[in-house]
Amino acid sequence: MRQKSIRLSGDKVFDIVNKLLLTLITCIIVFPLWNVVVNSFSSATAVASGKSVFWPAEFSTANYKAVFSDVSIWNAFLISVLKTVIGVVCHVLFCAMVAYGMSKEYLKGRKLYTVMGVITMFFSGGMIPTYLLIKSLGMLDSFAVYIIPALFSYYDMIILMNFFRQVPQSLEESAKIDGAGYWRIFLTIALPLSKPSLATIALFHGVSQWNDFMTAKMYILNEKLYPLQMKLYEIIVQSQMSSMQNPTSVEITTTSRGIQLATIVVTTVPILLIYPLLQKHFVSGMMIGAVKE
Amino acid sequence: MKQKNKEPVGVRMRLWIREFVKQMPLQLMVLPGIVFMIVFNYIPIYGLKIAFQNYTVVDTLDTAKWVGMENFKIILTDKYFWDSVYNTLGISFLKLLFGFVTPIILAVMIYEVKDGIFKKTVQTISYMPHFLSWIVLGGMLISWMSTNGMFNSILKSLGLISEGRNILLDADKYWWIASLSDVWKSMGWGTILYLASMAGIDPTYYEAARIDGAGRVRQVWSITLPLIKTIIGLNFILTVSGLLGSNLDQTLVLMNTQNQPRAEVINSYVYRMGIAQGDFSYASAAGLGVSIVSVILLVIANKLTSKLNEQSVL
Repeated sequence: MRQKSIRLSGDKVFDIVNKLLLTLITCIIVFPLWNVVVNSFSSATAVASGKSVFWPAEFSTANYKAVFSDVSIWNAFLISVLKTVIGVVCHVLFCAMVAYGMSKEYLKGRKLYTVMGVITMFFSGGMIPTYLLIKSLGMLDSFAVYIIPALFSYYDMIILMNFFRQVPQSLEESAKIDGAGYWRIFLTIALPLSKPSLATIALFHGVSQWNDFMTAKMYILNEKLYPLQMKLYEIIVQSQMSSMQNPTSVEITTTSRGIQLATIVVTTVPILLIYPLLQKHFVSGMMIGAVKE
Repeated sequence: MKQKNKEPVGVRMRLWIREFVKQMPLQLMVLPGIVFMIVFNYIPIYGLKIAFQNYTVVDTLDTAKWVGMENFKIILTDKYFWDSVYNTLGISFLKLLFGFVTPIILAVMIYEVKDGIFKKTVQTISYMPHFLSWIVLGGMLISWMSTNGMFNSILKSLGLISEGRNILLDADKYWWIASLSDVWKSMGWGTILYLASMAGIDPTYYEAARIDGAGRVRQVWSITLPLIKTIIGLNFILTVSGLLGSNLDQTLVLMNTQNQPRAEVINSYVYRMGIAQGDFSYASAAGLGVSIVSVILLVIANKLTSKLNEQSVL
């Protein structure tokens, strides 16, 4: 009896310590993010003196006014939205189309296609040959470079193919008897039945399109085509340069730092808006990164 | 099967082609994917031959002069390249050291929480940084590390320092900033796979252990961890094989003229030599060398884990 009570209290201690540590970890994640929001709503002097830690020392929306009055940021926002929406629609439909064909075991040449695909998961030409390819395709400095090279991914194709295999064959058979062809069956039966997996792929591809910065950095020189991430990068680099050239001039660095933080918040808000949607698909999304043939 | 093999090749070919034509709509669905892979995956792989050429702006891949291993020979004596290798290895080692174990510990801790709302909150919050881009996080880090930023404020209020200074300008601290910020960003997300496999553990194991008098820590050590061993092994292989491909986005946003000697990694070096300075052949050679080392690392990691797990994951 006595032993049992000791053990129970031991479990209690474990629970309490565990919860305390988890709370601490959660704070370590939340607090820095909160600090960014706080500073973005602070006046330039408050940011400069480092007074805004938990709460804006001098509340001000000046940073946001500056961000929203900058036409180039609106333009970058528009590019980001366009590249994300168009990119997601094209990527999902393209992958789904290929996946539907590949889901049929009796597809002639399927083995060859599979080998070709698996090789692409392990080998790539790397940065420079890809750059030269994009250049020779004439896609430098064009919007197409955001969409076309991201059309297809063998990983995503495998996920969708596995979902299409679960579509009851009897449904397809009866449609075939009614005279429907492959395309008809794909569009009216297979696609609607695989909505959950399409949504998973769409959400994760959407996040990577929104967050993608390297494509613009590598292939785009025209500022009108900059997405938000690239615009933010420019703002960060510029304010770092000015802060290093004039380490004594607090004014320049801090006004731009406030604007920088406000841009960061603006860039992140769309992700936070779809976050609850994403959450439903976390596990399947993680599997996308972990699948093996 | 045997029957089929006896048929002459010509007949089988004709049958195959007839079938192929019959499923033409299906083939036409797959074809764009195949064309895509040939153009965007296989042509760049073929393009790697540039590493053995002396490619200049006026050349095409076919007219460029072959130089054999010349580029690789130059690499061997290129101090800046080896500096970047050193930095890549250092940062990757720290990332592996902290970033591999943290998600396992965190997943065990979350798994042990029985209170649903608390659990859900911790999970939701810890996944969040994963969805921030490196540019966003880099901007945040620059702000946190700045002279009057969050870190200096905290250190000052704790009385550890009297005067704030920009931590990112300190080259000696860069490895820590790069690796720990990566751990911060990805530790929550890394728990998902472990939590998913822990959800499959039979609860009767724990009951039996409790009856035998095992405490909670003992249960974690003797039941939870051994049962997710395979997933840990798989994750280890994936992490190690990705070690040298360390984050280009992160480096580009955090690197400045002060910390560059310790911040330049292989990828950023390839980027600067190739895209920024136009020395395509040399940069490809550097990139190719790194890919080969990555494959070797993958094989070694697979050998290591298969020894520990008594089965090969790959």
